[in-house]
Amino acid sequence: MSDQTLNSAATADAQPAASDTDAAAVLVRGVNKQFQTATGVVHALEGIDLTVSAGEFVSLIGPSGCGKSTLMRLIADLDEPTSGELTVFGKTTTQARLDQDYGIAFQQAGLLPWRTVAANVALPLELHGVASAARRTRVADLLDMVGLTEFADRFPDQLSGGMQQRVAIARSLAEEPQLLLMDEPFGALDEMTREKMQTDLVRIAANTGAAVVFVTHSIPEAVFLSDRVVVMSPRPGRISDVIEMRLSAVAGRENRSDELREASSFFEMVTEVREALHGGAADSSGDEPPVARGGDTR
Amino acid sequence: MTSTSANAIVTGRAGTGAHRSKGWSPRTESTLRIAAPISLGLIVLGIWQLLVTVGGVDDYLLPSPSSIVVELVEFWPAVVSATALTGTNSLLGLLVGSLVGIVTAAIAARWRIADQMSAPIVAALAVVPIVALAPVLNSMFGADSQFGRQAIAAIASFVPIFINTLRGFRQTTPVHRDLMKAYAANSGQMLRSLTLPTARPFILTGIRIASSLAVISALVAEYFGGPRGGLGSLIATSAASSAYSRAWAYVGASIALGLLFYLATLALERLVMRRVPTGGSR
Repeated sequence: MSDQTLNSAATADAQPAASDTDAAAVLVRGVNKQFQTATGVVHALEGIDLTVSAGEFVSLIGPSGCGKSTLMRLIADLDEPTSGELTVFGKTTTQARLDQDYGIAFQQAGLLPWRTVAANVALPLELHGVASAARRTRVADLLDMVGLTEFADRFPDQLSGGMQQRVAIARSLAEEPQLLLMDEPFGALDEMTREKMQTDLVRIAANTGAAVVFVTHSIPEAVFLSDRVVVMSPRPGRISDVIEMRLSAVAGRENRSDELREASSFFEMVTEVREALHGGAADSSGDEPPVARGGDTR
Repeated sequence: MTSTSANAIVTGRAGTGAHRSKGWSPRTESTLRIAAPISLGLIVLGIWQLLVTVGGVDDYLLPSPSSIVVELVEFWPAVVSATALTGTNSLLGLLVGSLVGIVTAAIAARWRIADQMSAPIVAALAVVPIVALAPVLNSMFGADSQFGRQAIAAIASFVPIFINTLRGFRQTTPVHRDLMKAYAANSGQMLRSLTLPTARPFILTGIRIASSLAVISALVAEYFGGPRGGLGSLIATSAASSAYSRAWAYVGASIALGLLFYLATLALERLVMRRVPTGGSR
């Protein structure tokens, strides 16, 4: 199933056949978003078209102010588009939010400081009326998944930044959502923690089969995690390129490991995304990978 | 070599001891924290006693501590019942003031229009003098009713609790609000899971400030008519009949009552906040 969606996504840039429209986790059509500020109207997003298939991992990358976070907030129904259409699993974003079809994690962990780690993970389950016994087993499973079982009774301020972010990710997975929305969740972490979290996230997303919309400004991070990388440009926020990740070294996402970070295909993809970001509207749909420019993979 | 290092330690210790007084062990320090104010109080009392007995200050003008103690023992039942009466008025006022303060702050935080409507009223309540309100309320509710005093205590406690609570309700961070919206939390859940816990330290600070105000207001209100029997009215009548030692004994009881309220609310704050870190998490 996921192979099929991957293949169909590979054929076209961003225009799937009408038949997979129903299956799409996220469908964005002609979305514009303008903010009214004191100095005038800011065009945060202009003419955004994007389809994220079920089970697909899509990263949004671009410089600050390109509207990548805004786009994620629109999908999450935390903001409303000025015009255009957004659906999540074929429903309106509001309905999808009310039905809890997605899990969300922000750049800040956003844990409630007066709740223990376990109680923080249990929060969404508690709000949605899950019985306490079921809640307890689910929280135990989630904490086990992120490796924080022994910290269940600690408070957030007793944890490091990386641990807090892991709690936030466990919380976003609490209700087994088929869509994960993540806004630079590893942005504040040190490089080593960050790589570990990336490896964990790839594994978790593959195991749960969830689609992921991942906002980042790190090229290697986007390449390592994604099936497709959506490159955005600022003022106004537009999608300038969509790059298919062809990491031939591994078959599926669940097999991605730290070895991939040293594979030549990884560097080729990093270069391709990098050139798309810096080259603006450069055509990167060519089959032969461009020659690496310098050694800077950031 | 050993002798030089020993010398260095000795001089080092002497050096730090001379510069800062924190060279004591924690145990000595905690003992001192209790012992120091008590000994200061005893010294002041001793000087006071000497001033009156040896210094020749008229006992009529400034009663000696011993004569105050004698009055306190002699009128002990009256002191206890007066303290209980004023204490009950203060407590009722504090409870009602807290409840009304928290609820109105919640409404003002929820609806902007309510905030704008209530702002001038709260400002007016903040400046209303007890002296002005007490005679009016006392005559309104009759000479045998404690209601006027309780109402005054409630009004006095309402203001700091309302202001602090409203401020606390506005401390929720955008990321927490986004999170609750993403979870499709209804307004009740929002209040229970986010707004109230965020505001909790602010509410408790408001109550602690209000606790002293409630006692002072209930006590002062007794000066302006109404039934007799409270600490305030007994201070007034004792002073009026020139029984200054007895008046001082009641003043001492008033201080004790105010401290009791303050310490009780402080303990409540410690109890509730004990396991709650005050710093925001990331």
